[in-house]
Amino acid sequence: MTAVLTPAPASGPPTPVDRVRAARRGSRRRAAVVSWVLAALAVVLTVVTLTLGSFDVSLPDVVRILGGAEIQGATFVVWDLRLPRALTAIGAGAAFGLSGAIFQTLVRNPLASPDIIGITAGASAAAVVAITQLGLNPGLAAPVAFAGALGAAALIYVLAWRGAVSGYRLVLVGIGVGAVLNAVTSYSLTRAEVTDVSEALVWITGSLNSATWSGLPGLWVPLGVLVPALVVLTRSLGGLQLGDDAAAGLGVRVEPAKVGLIVVAVGLAAIATAAAGPVAFVAFVSGPIARRLTGGHGLALVPSALVGACVVLAADYAGAYAFGDTRLPVGVVTGILGAPVLLWLLARANRIGKGG
Amino acid sequence: MADIEPQDPAPGHHTLAASGLSLGYDNRLVVDDLTVTIPTGKITVIVGANACGKSTLLRGLARLLSPRSGVVLLDGADIARRATKDVARVLGLLPQSPVAPDGITVTDLVGRGRYPHQGWFRQWTPQDDAAVADALDVTGILDLADRPVDELSGGQRQRVWIAMALAQRTDLLLLDEPTTFLDVTHQVEVLDLLADLNVDHGRTVVMVLHDLNLAARYADHLVAMKDGRIVAEGDAESVVTAEIVRDVFGLHAQVVPDPVSGTPLVVPIGRHLRRRIQTLV
Repeated sequence: MTAVLTPAPASGPPTPVDRVRAARRGSRRRAAVVSWVLAALAVVLTVVTLTLGSFDVSLPDVVRILGGAEIQGATFVVWDLRLPRALTAIGAGAAFGLSGAIFQTLVRNPLASPDIIGITAGASAAAVVAITQLGLNPGLAAPVAFAGALGAAALIYVLAWRGAVSGYRLVLVGIGVGAVLNAVTSYSLTRAEVTDVSEALVWITGSLNSATWSGLPGLWVPLGVLVPALVVLTRSLGGLQLGDDAAAGLGVRVEPAKVGLIVVAVGLAAIATAAAGPVAFVAFVSGPIARRLTGGHGLALVPSALVGACVVLAADYAGAYAFGDTRLPVGVVTGILGAPVLLWLLARANRIGKGG
Repeated sequence: MADIEPQDPAPGHHTLAASGLSLGYDNRLVVDDLTVTIPTGKITVIVGANACGKSTLLRGLARLLSPRSGVVLLDGADIARRATKDVARVLGLLPQSPVAPDGITVTDLVGRGRYPHQGWFRQWTPQDDAAVADALDVTGILDLADRPVDELSGGQRQRVWIAMALAQRTDLLLLDEPTTFLDVTHQVEVLDLLADLNVDHGRTVVMVLHDLNLAARYADHLVAMKDGRIVAEGDAESVVTAEIVRDVFGLHAQVVPDPVSGTPLVVPIGRHLRRRIQTLV
């Protein structure tokens, strides 16, 4: 033992309990620091999107406008255009991030995020079919997209069910269902009127261009229900992370907990897609980034939500101003950023022999 | 180890038994009308050929499978009727291949064993710290406390999982092949550790093992299974005989006393050697 070689401090050598406390403190502190830094980053990004753009508003003016002041020209830009856009980006990004992290943890596979396994594709397909084939008013597409996400999830669940849900089968069935739904979307677009196509485009790439105050309750009210439900289920998720048998041995009610978590995760993906369209890869990258930052302590759900919010805020801002005169929708930017992450994860998973 | 969980009315006296138990998956019956009583405070080892139903029996005893018929009795009452979290304070399980989350530290993983003792109004307490510290101490991995589990060797990792089950502070400990993937040194090390837990702390241990000779050496009570039924049951001397080994494993073997422990030692004969012996004779 090395302890013999080092002189003991006056208070005596650390007891086993002290060492356990020290080890727990270390990993908890890192998770807390990561969460605070990400939260600060989200605030900074929000301030940037509110102040800077094609029309700059000074920070004191922004604060005054948020306080209710009327400033000629600036109030409309900040209050009616930029603030609902930022709040939609934060809510949708956090919901995507949480949804992806839950799926990936539950299925123990980084590919199992809702944007890969066809759940957001279900939302898109439903919205596009309703707008282009059934003549739905695009303003009413959000509830249809929500129903589409739930329908796709139910279909995947039924097709993947064999007495219990196996992670690998869920991913494979999900990718297949996603492909079918994308085909439905493409088919509907080729047969649609040109004017409808531009309205339906948001449901293919994901965009915050139509974010308004009236759309916010549809995002934030369900978030207010789903997040507390998730808090209740989080402890079970920590057990399920160790495998179904180990979880059951610890006293987790495995099947009810899984169904509850799937319902919450699908709900989160559905409301986010209904609000911002199927913004590519946000659900997929948030969990892995958050877990890498926290070093594996716990489930990293809070950091995943914050990473999601930061990614959508940053990608939307970059899409609007980083490409000169071309204003790219947020989903195009996240798609460009997300694809390399997908390749990196696949390459890494194969190298360490964890393709599953 | 002195402090006793308040939820635990009679430490060292919890009993586990199965009566007329049938278990299966889909349309396949794996354990067929089996009755067994696990001796309290002893080490019970279940042995048998591959696919004889030994792991299924263990999962059934740990209420992971609901019975087709029959019951598992924990303290004389149907285990399926008790809240699963209450059961988890009395009965711990180490499954065959648990998953360590990427990057999790030893202390955090062992801390997951405290799940059944926590709840809405009882989050992490000093008692949890003490239980984790004890578990790390007993399994000899205190020095690894802040290391990530995925950096450890197979033997160390198995100790971490056993420590997690210990942090659960259950009287009954069920383990499904705790020595798989370990070299012979670490196999003996893990079994010694479990024997210590049984002798020093009075824990009832039930495990599935592949190695008959190690099973004979460490078991107080051996259960030999074939085709979902118990073929023989009792102490090592009465269960590990040439006839039963042939019946259960289909293996021709001679059984001699282990020169070290005196317990039965199975010496397989095998087809090639048998032919050579016959030509010699």
